[in-house]
Amino acid sequence: MTRSSNLVAAPPRPSTVVGPPARRRRRSRRTGWAGWLFVAPALIFYAVFVLRPIVLTVQYSFYDWNGIGASRWAGFGNYTKVFADPELYDSILHAFELILFFSGVPVLLGLAIAATIRRIATSRLALVARTVLFLPQVIPLVAAGIAWTWLLSATGVVNQLLSALGLGKVTKAWLGDSSTALPAVGVIGAWVLLGLCILLFLSGMSKIDPALYEAARIDGAGVVREFFAITVPGLRQEIGVCVTVTMIAALASFDIVYVSTQGGPGNATTVPGLEIYYLAFSQREVGPASALAVVLMVVVLAVVLPVQRISKEDKP
Amino acid sequence: MLSRRTPPSRPFGTLLILTLAGTLAAACSGPGSGAGPGETTATAVTAEPTCGSAPVTVRGYFETGFPMAKALTDEFTKQFPNVKWDVREDQFAVITQNAPRVLADDPPDLMRLPQVSELVKDGLLKNLDGYAKWFGWDKWPSGRLAQLRMGPGGRPRGEGSLYAMGLNFSVTGVFYNKQLASRIGLTTPPATLAQLDEAMAKAKNAGIQPIQQFNGGATGGLAFPLQDLMASLGQPAPVNDWIYQKPGATIDTPSNVEAARHLEQWIKAGYFAPDVNAVDYAQMVSRFTAGQGLFSFNGDWESANLDKLMAGNAGFFPMPPAQAGAKAAGMSAPLTVGISAKAPHADCAAFFLNWVATNGKAREVAVQTGGSHPMGPADAPLPRIAAGTVTAATLEAAAQVDRDGTAMDFIANATGAIYAKSWTPQLQKLVSGEQTPDGLLKSVQRDYADQVGS
Repeated sequence: MTRSSNLVAAPPRPSTVVGPPARRRRRSRRTGWAGWLFVAPALIFYAVFVLRPIVLTVQYSFYDWNGIGASRWAGFGNYTKVFADPELYDSILHAFELILFFSGVPVLLGLAIAATIRRIATSRLALVARTVLFLPQVIPLVAAGIAWTWLLSATGVVNQLLSALGLGKVTKAWLGDSSTALPAVGVIGAWVLLGLCILLFLSGMSKIDPALYEAARIDGAGVVREFFAITVPGLRQEIGVCVTVTMIAALASFDIVYVSTQGGPGNATTVPGLEIYYLAFSQREVGPASALAVVLMVVVLAVVLPVQRISKEDKP
Repeated sequence: MLSRRTPPSRPFGTLLILTLAGTLAAACSGPGSGAGPGETTATAVTAEPTCGSAPVTVRGYFETGFPMAKALTDEFTKQFPNVKWDVREDQFAVITQNAPRVLADDPPDLMRLPQVSELVKDGLLKNLDGYAKWFGWDKWPSGRLAQLRMGPGGRPRGEGSLYAMGLNFSVTGVFYNKQLASRIGLTTPPATLAQLDEAMAKAKNAGIQPIQQFNGGATGGLAFPLQDLMASLGQPAPVNDWIYQKPGATIDTPSNVEAARHLEQWIKAGYFAPDVNAVDYAQMVSRFTAGQGLFSFNGDWESANLDKLMAGNAGFFPMPPAQAGAKAAGMSAPLTVGISAKAPHADCAAFFLNWVATNGKAREVAVQTGGSHPMGPADAPLPRIAAGTVTAATLEAAAQVDRDGTAMDFIANATGAIYAKSWTPQLQKLVSGEQTPDGLLKSVQRDYADQVGS
């Protein structure tokens, strides 16, 4: 069919000056159609499994609905609830607190570790270090969460170490204490995401021209100066990717929190993802759950887009 | 070509389009089927409900990890070979989340159910009044089925039409470690709250953890001792009224405040493990069976397990009342199953439920595999159980609570969200000292009023 339409569409040999542009337009339209055809399967999946749920979520957020029975128009009532209910509002604040751990620690520590590994790149230790640090990425998050709840329990390894160091007084059930539960969850997230950042930074470093380091050394720059003057600027894009990915992981966190604390103790570790899940599936309040989901999406975009902009600025 | 013309702020554009599309879609029609108020009238049963004699496959949806349902269906097929079972199993949390959708879209004949009010409100469950009348379920001790009776639209609970049945009914109370008890000179179970307090104090002084309880994550297990204290220091009836959403009911009563204060004293005295806010149910059971605690507030679903892991070393008593000689109360609830409003083999499912409660072999399965008291008439014979076991003790307690009419539903079952969103966080805050006993009850009552909405 494409072939016959091609034949029909084939223009007569141009005899005027307007010919060539017209032909170009026709050809581009033709390749355009073929392109759409190739993209169609993916596009249909995307539309059905990504776009449609998003549109439906926006729709549900304007209704009072339990998921089964009749629904009632609620206007912006569900959105008002998201910001008026301290529990839902707090969950958003908790997510921002998690950014410190999920993004801050992996990026800063990752930079330092990657720079160190690069310096010892030829030794066997570098390979071991890289493997060990990347391992958390391979382990399923649920398994990691369970392992960490054991490590952080009252009689867990963390407390055993502290006691061995003579710090028996500070031991506690880290995930069961409302003052330490959120930071403890943050530590788990940092541990998981650190490996990803290190790997990204290492691959980024391999692209930096070694001549730059050589020149810096000839100019008398030390390790620290080298790091700040060459490594960090050279990794700008990788840092951008890392910050973006980890921030999304923090704001949209669910699995680590669900496995380790389920939001407890006493709402100390509730995050939007968890609240959405509880609202929709336990409390069967689909409207507020959808409204919170939409708010979360907007928050993620509002936080991530500026990061993208900054990390791409001034790039040749 | 398109992409070249699109402005760089595409995500914002997409967002705008999505919002517009959503608003448009929203303006068109709301989600949901607009189901009616639900099946409020009973189907009249005019002929004996049976499974017939032709081959039939009945679909069941039960809870993973509890082999009783499977054992019962197997035994049923043995007695009625024309009936085959197509059984699906899931964890209770999954069933809780799936129940409405499964009952609406893919209804099984028989299904293990979470809190039923909402399901009745949506018209998803069959009204069982006709069967109850035919089989004589309405002549059983009324307390056994009260929790499964509902007014029109699902509330109040405790009276009205019957919408579900139990495979058996469980009872809760206090399990204790006999060896540890003898170390502090406790030879007979405490008969009053004061004696229980004294035993805990003695245990604490002897370096024994008085209570092993769970209160971590989303499961506030301190609700068990709290409700036991409510019944001990007050009456079970007002607590039930609150759970059943009777108009004007409140949990914030003087005797309940006293109960919450008593619980706080236990917390402050160090009767619970210091990391109780990080202990989940499985951890509590493993610590208790390992001998790391004198008491544990739990239910008879654990009896068979304790008889196995702590053979001869575990005991059970109902929560003692504050006043000597008063009747002991306990949380007691049927293992709820219901028939879908759209079940193709409703009669056969009802026949099965009646068989479970009245057939001698089925009652044996309920006790031996399920560990709990069978349903059925008050005078139906109980299967024999070895004396001195925890199972024997819990069966006796269940029968006692049943006879005395002092059974309570769980305060966690008052509304769909009250446990996860109110009791659990508030009890965790009580442990960490961020909440007072008075504040706890006031906060829960506020959430309850919000949810019940009147």
